[in-house]
Amino acid sequence: MDPTGTGVMGAVFNLNHPAHVVHWHFISLSVSNVVVMALMLIVFAVAITVPFPGALRRRGGAS
Amino acid sequence: MSTHSPERSWTVRVREAGVGALPPEKLLPDSQPTYVASWIYVFGVASLASLAVIIGSGMILTLKGPAWWHYTGVGHFFNSVHLWAVELFFFVMVVHLWGKYWMAAWRGGRTRVWVTGAVTFLIAVPCALTGYVSQQNFDAQWISTQAKDAMNSVGIGAFFNLTNFGQMYSFHVLLLPLAVVALVVAHVLLVRRHGVVPPFELDGRALAVVPAPDGAPDAPVPTGAQS
Repeated sequence: MDPTGTGVMGAVFNLNHPAHVVHWHFISLSVSNVVVMALMLIVFAVAITVPFPGALRRRGGAS
Repeated sequence: MSTHSPERSWTVRVREAGVGALPPEKLLPDSQPTYVASWIYVFGVASLASLAVIIGSGMILTLKGPAWWHYTGVGHFFNSVHLWAVELFFFVMVVHLWGKYWMAAWRGGRTRVWVTGAVTFLIAVPCALTGYVSQQNFDAQWISTQAKDAMNSVGIGAFFNLTNFGQMYSFHVLLLPLAVVALVVAHVLLVRRHGVVPPFELDGRALAVVPAPDGAPDAPVPTGAQS
Protein backbone atom coordinates (compact mmCIF):
# COMPACT_ATOMS: atom_id res chain seq x y z
CA MET A 1 0.00 0.00 0.00
CA ASP A 2 1.21 3.49 -0.79
CA PRO A 3 1.36 5.38 2.57
CA THR A 4 1.66 8.78 0.90
CA GLY A 5 -1.45 8.40 -1.20
CA THR A 6 0.35 9.72 -4.28
CA GLY A 7 -0.53 6.58 -6.25
CA VAL A 8 -4.23 7.19 -5.73
CA MET A 9 -4.20 10.95 -6.23
CA GLY A 10 -1.89 11.32 -9.22
CA ALA A 11 -1.88 14.56 -11.21
CA VAL A 12 -4.45 14.90 -13.99
CA PHE A 13 -1.72 16.21 -16.28
CA ASN A 14 1.73 14.67 -16.64
CA LEU A 15 3.94 16.96 -14.54
CA ASN A 16 7.12 14.87 -14.86
CA HIS A 17 8.91 17.33 -17.12
CA PRO A 18 10.31 20.89 -16.97
CA ALA A 19 7.64 23.62 -17.09
CA HIS A 20 6.53 24.98 -20.45
CA VAL A 21 7.51 28.62 -20.76
CA VAL A 22 6.24 31.46 -22.96
CA HIS A 23 9.07 33.72 -24.20
CA TRP A 24 8.45 37.14 -25.69
CA HIS A 25 11.50 39.43 -25.82
CA PHE A 26 12.61 39.79 -22.19
CA ILE A 27 9.29 38.45 -20.85
CA SER A 28 9.38 34.85 -19.67
CA LEU A 29 6.24 33.35 -18.17
CA SER A 30 5.31 29.78 -17.34
CA VAL A 31 2.26 28.51 -19.23
CA SER A 32 0.47 27.84 -15.93
CA ASN A 33 0.89 31.50 -14.90
CA VAL A 34 -0.33 32.68 -18.31
CA VAL A 35 -3.42 30.47 -17.92
CA VAL A 36 -4.15 31.91 -14.46
CA MET A 37 -3.77 35.50 -15.74
CA ALA A 38 -6.06 34.79 -18.68
CA LEU A 39 -8.63 33.25 -16.32
CA MET A 40 -8.51 36.33 -14.08
CA LEU A 41 -9.17 38.59 -17.07
CA ILE A 42 -12.06 36.38 -18.21
CA VAL A 43 -13.60 36.28 -14.72
CA PHE A 44 -13.24 40.08 -14.42
CA ALA A 45 -14.96 40.60 -17.78
CA VAL A 46 -17.77 38.22 -16.83
CA ALA A 47 -18.19 39.89 -13.41
CA ILE A 48 -18.79 43.33 -14.91
CA THR A 49 -21.05 42.17 -17.75
CA VAL A 50 -23.23 39.33 -16.43
CA PRO A 51 -26.21 40.61 -14.40
CA PHE A 52 -26.45 39.57 -10.77
CA PRO A 53 -29.50 37.40 -9.96
CA GLY A 54 -32.34 39.62 -8.77
CA ALA A 55 -30.42 42.86 -9.39
CA LEU A 56 -33.02 44.33 -11.77
CA ARG A 57 -35.86 43.48 -9.38
CA ARG A 58 -34.02 45.14 -6.46
CA ARG A 59 -33.27 48.28 -8.46
CA GLY A 60 -36.82 48.43 -9.75
CA GLY A 61 -38.19 48.12 -6.24
CA ALA A 62 -35.89 50.82 -4.92
CA SER A 63 -36.89 53.50 -7.41
CA MET B 1 -14.02 53.47 46.49
CA SER B 2 -12.87 55.17 43.30
CA THR B 3 -12.80 58.96 43.19
CA HIS B 4 -12.63 59.12 39.38
CA SER B 5 -15.76 60.33 37.63
CA PRO B 6 -17.06 57.91 35.00
CA GLU B 7 -16.74 60.56 32.28
CA ARG B 8 -12.95 60.68 32.71
CA SER B 9 -12.43 56.95 32.52
CA TRP B 10 -10.40 55.85 29.47
CA THR B 11 -12.77 52.94 28.90
CA VAL B 12 -15.70 55.35 28.61
CA ARG B 13 -13.79 57.58 26.18
CA VAL B 14 -12.71 54.60 24.05
CA ARG B 15 -16.26 53.25 23.99
CA GLU B 16 -17.75 56.59 23.03
CA ALA B 17 -15.16 57.12 20.33
CA GLY B 18 -15.77 53.60 18.97
CA VAL B 19 -19.55 53.89 18.93
CA GLY B 20 -19.30 57.40 17.47
CA ALA B 21 -17.06 56.23 14.63
CA LEU B 22 -18.91 53.00 13.99
CA PRO B 23 -22.44 52.84 15.44
CA PRO B 24 -24.00 49.33 15.60
CA GLU B 25 -26.32 49.96 12.62
CA LYS B 26 -23.25 50.76 10.50
CA LEU B 27 -21.13 47.93 11.89
CA LEU B 28 -23.82 45.31 11.20
CA PRO B 29 -26.23 46.90 8.68
CA ASP B 30 -29.61 45.43 7.76
CA SER B 31 -29.06 45.86 4.02
CA GLN B 32 -26.66 47.14 1.39
CA PRO B 33 -27.33 49.68 -1.39
CA THR B 34 -28.95 48.25 -4.54
CA TYR B 35 -25.82 48.87 -6.63
CA VAL B 36 -24.00 46.23 -4.55
CA ALA B 37 -26.11 43.60 -6.40
CA SER B 38 -23.35 43.03 -8.98
CA TRP B 39 -20.86 40.20 -9.43
CA ILE B 40 -17.90 42.58 -9.17
CA TYR B 41 -18.84 43.28 -5.54
CA VAL B 42 -18.61 39.55 -4.71
CA PHE B 43 -14.81 39.31 -4.87
CA GLY B 44 -14.15 41.17 -1.62
CA VAL B 45 -16.11 38.68 0.43
CA ALA B 46 -14.65 35.84 -1.66
CA SER B 47 -11.21 37.05 -0.55
CA LEU B 48 -12.38 36.96 3.08
CA ALA B 49 -13.77 33.43 2.66
CA SER B 50 -10.55 32.11 1.15
CA LEU B 51 -8.52 33.86 3.87
CA ALA B 52 -10.61 32.04 6.49
CA VAL B 53 -9.82 28.69 4.81
CA ILE B 54 -6.12 29.63 4.65
CA ILE B 55 -6.01 30.47 8.37
CA GLY B 56 -7.98 27.34 9.35
CA SER B 57 -5.94 24.89 7.26
CA GLY B 58 -2.71 26.67 8.26
CA MET B 59 -3.50 26.22 11.95
CA ILE B 60 -4.01 22.48 11.42
CA LEU B 61 -0.72 22.22 9.48
CA THR B 62 1.07 24.14 12.25
CA LEU B 63 -0.29 21.78 14.89
CA LYS B 64 0.69 18.60 13.02
CA GLY B 65 4.07 19.51 11.50
CA PRO B 66 6.07 18.74 8.32
CA ALA B 67 6.24 14.95 8.73
CA TRP B 68 2.43 14.80 8.83
CA TRP B 69 1.84 17.02 5.81
CA HIS B 70 4.52 15.19 3.76
CA TYR B 71 3.91 11.54 4.67
CA THR B 72 0.22 11.01 5.39
CA GLY B 73 -2.81 11.12 3.12
CA VAL B 74 -4.77 13.48 5.43
CA GLY B 75 -1.67 15.66 5.73
CA HIS B 76 -1.45 15.86 1.93
CA PHE B 77 -5.11 16.82 1.83
CA PHE B 78 -4.73 19.74 4.26
CA ASN B 79 -1.48 20.77 2.57
CA SER B 80 -3.39 20.94 -0.73
CA VAL B 81 -6.33 22.79 0.84
CA HIS B 82 -3.88 25.37 2.21
CA LEU B 83 -2.11 25.78 -1.16
CA TRP B 84 -5.27 26.04 -3.26
CA ALA B 85 -6.92 28.41 -0.78
CA VAL B 86 -3.89 30.67 -1.22
CA GLU B 87 -4.17 30.41 -5.02
CA LEU B 88 -7.88 31.28 -4.79
CA PHE B 89 -7.16 34.11 -2.34
CA PHE B 90 -4.76 35.80 -4.75
CA PHE B 91 -7.02 35.11 -7.73
CA VAL B 92 -10.11 36.74 -6.21
CA MET B 93 -8.09 39.46 -4.47
CA VAL B 94 -6.56 40.53 -7.81
CA VAL B 95 -10.02 40.65 -9.47
CA HIS B 96 -11.28 42.62 -6.41
CA LEU B 97 -8.31 44.99 -6.80
CA TRP B 98 -8.98 45.50 -10.53
CA GLY B 99 -12.65 46.18 -9.88
CA LYS B 100 -11.93 48.72 -7.15
CA TYR B 101 -9.17 50.37 -9.19
CA TRP B 102 -11.42 50.93 -12.21
CA MET B 103 -14.26 52.29 -10.06
CA ALA B 104 -11.75 54.55 -8.19
CA ALA B 105 -12.75 53.14 -4.83
CA TRP B 106 -10.82 55.85 -2.99
CA ARG B 107 -13.59 58.37 -3.83
CA GLY B 108 -15.76 59.92 -1.14
CA GLY B 109 -13.21 59.94 1.67
CA ARG B 110 -12.32 56.28 1.21
CA THR B 111 -8.55 56.79 0.93
CA ARG B 112 -7.84 54.65 3.99
CA VAL B 113 -10.06 51.88 2.65
CA TRP B 114 -8.02 51.78 -0.56
CA VAL B 115 -4.66 52.05 1.23
CA THR B 116 -5.39 49.25 3.73
CA GLY B 117 -6.53 46.99 0.86
CA ALA B 118 -3.47 47.74 -1.26
CA VAL B 119 -1.06 47.24 1.65
CA THR B 120 -2.80 43.94 2.51
CA PHE B 121 -2.03 42.74 -1.02
CA LEU B 122 1.62 43.81 -0.68
CA ILE B 123 1.99 42.06 2.72
CA ALA B 124 0.25 38.92 1.43
CA VAL B 125 2.96 38.41 -1.20
CA PRO B 126 5.85 37.81 1.28
CA CYS B 127 3.36 35.88 3.44
CA ALA B 128 2.93 33.42 0.56
CA LEU B 129 6.65 33.43 -0.31
CA THR B 130 7.62 32.47 3.26
CA GLY B 131 5.09 29.65 3.01
CA TYR B 132 6.64 28.27 -0.16
CA VAL B 133 10.09 28.24 1.49
CA SER B 134 8.69 26.61 4.66
CA GLN B 135 7.50 23.45 2.91
CA GLN B 136 10.56 21.41 3.97
CA ASN B 137 11.19 19.85 0.57
CA PHE B 138 13.32 20.33 -2.57
CA ASP B 139 10.81 22.82 -3.94
CA ALA B 140 11.35 25.02 -0.87
CA GLN B 141 15.14 24.73 -1.23
CA TRP B 142 14.97 25.71 -4.90
CA ILE B 143 12.72 28.72 -4.24
CA SER B 144 14.74 29.95 -1.26
CA THR B 145 18.09 29.77 -3.06
CA GLN B 146 16.64 31.57 -6.09
CA ALA B 147 14.74 34.22 -4.11
CA LYS B 148 17.63 35.06 -1.76
CA ASP B 149 19.38 36.78 -4.66
CA ALA B 150 16.42 39.15 -5.01
CA MET B 151 16.58 39.95 -1.30
CA ASN B 152 20.35 40.47 -1.42
CA SER B 153 20.04 42.76 -4.45
CA VAL B 154 17.88 45.17 -2.44
CA GLY B 155 20.02 44.92 0.68
CA ILE B 156 17.68 43.09 3.06
CA GLY B 157 19.16 39.59 2.78
CA ALA B 158 20.93 39.93 6.12
CA PHE B 159 17.65 40.66 7.91
CA PHE B 160 15.29 38.53 5.82
CA ASN B 161 17.22 35.34 5.03
CA LEU B 162 15.28 33.04 2.70
CA THR B 163 17.58 30.12 3.56
CA ASN B 164 16.93 30.43 7.31
CA PHE B 165 14.02 28.04 7.85
CA GLY B 166 13.34 29.11 11.44
CA GLN B 167 13.10 32.77 10.50
CA MET B 168 10.93 32.09 7.44
CA TYR B 169 8.61 29.78 9.38
CA SER B 170 8.16 32.39 12.15
CA PHE B 171 7.37 35.04 9.57
CA HIS B 172 4.94 32.69 7.83
CA VAL B 173 2.94 31.37 10.79
CA LEU B 174 2.94 34.45 13.02
CA LEU B 175 4.22 37.86 11.96
CA LEU B 176 2.94 38.18 8.41
CA PRO B 177 -0.47 36.48 8.99
CA LEU B 178 -0.94 38.77 12.00
CA ALA B 179 -0.27 41.77 9.78
CA VAL B 180 -2.59 40.51 7.03
CA VAL B 181 -5.46 39.74 9.43
CA ALA B 182 -5.05 43.08 11.27
CA LEU B 183 -5.10 44.98 7.97
CA VAL B 184 -8.11 43.01 6.71
CA VAL B 185 -10.02 43.76 9.94
CA ALA B 186 -9.17 47.46 9.59
CA HIS B 187 -10.16 47.34 5.90
CA VAL B 188 -13.56 45.77 6.62
CA LEU B 189 -14.28 48.18 9.50
CA LEU B 190 -13.41 51.13 7.25
CA VAL B 191 -15.72 49.77 4.54
CA ARG B 192 -18.48 49.55 7.16
CA ARG B 193 -17.80 53.10 8.27
CA HIS B 194 -17.67 54.73 4.83
CA GLY B 195 -19.99 52.36 2.97
CA VAL B 196 -19.34 50.46 -0.26
CA VAL B 197 -18.15 52.80 -3.00
CA PRO B 198 -20.99 53.64 -5.45
CA PRO B 199 -20.66 53.29 -9.23
CA PHE B 200 -19.67 56.42 -11.18
CA GLU B 201 -23.16 57.13 -12.52
CA LEU B 202 -24.60 57.34 -8.98
CA ASP B 203 -21.71 59.51 -7.86
CA GLY B 204 -22.46 61.78 -10.87
CA ARG B 205 -26.09 62.05 -9.79
CA ALA B 206 -24.93 63.57 -6.51
CA LEU B 207 -23.65 66.55 -8.48
CA ALA B 208 -26.49 66.69 -11.00
CA VAL B 209 -27.90 70.18 -11.27
CA VAL B 210 -31.64 70.69 -11.64
CA PRO B 211 -33.30 74.04 -12.41
CA ALA B 212 -34.93 75.68 -9.43
CA PRO B 213 -38.69 76.23 -9.98
CA ASP B 214 -38.90 79.76 -8.63
CA GLY B 215 -36.02 81.26 -10.53
CA ALA B 216 -33.60 80.77 -7.66
CA PRO B 217 -30.01 79.65 -8.45
CA ASP B 218 -29.73 76.01 -9.54
CA ALA B 219 -28.66 73.65 -6.77
CA PRO B 220 -26.99 70.22 -6.70
CA VAL B 221 -29.22 67.29 -5.80
CA PRO B 222 -27.85 64.95 -3.12
CA THR B 223 -27.34 61.26 -3.92
CA GLY B 224 -30.50 59.24 -3.42
CA ALA B 225 -32.88 62.15 -3.99
CA GLN B 226 -33.41 61.08 -7.61
CA SER B 227 -33.84 57.35 -7.11
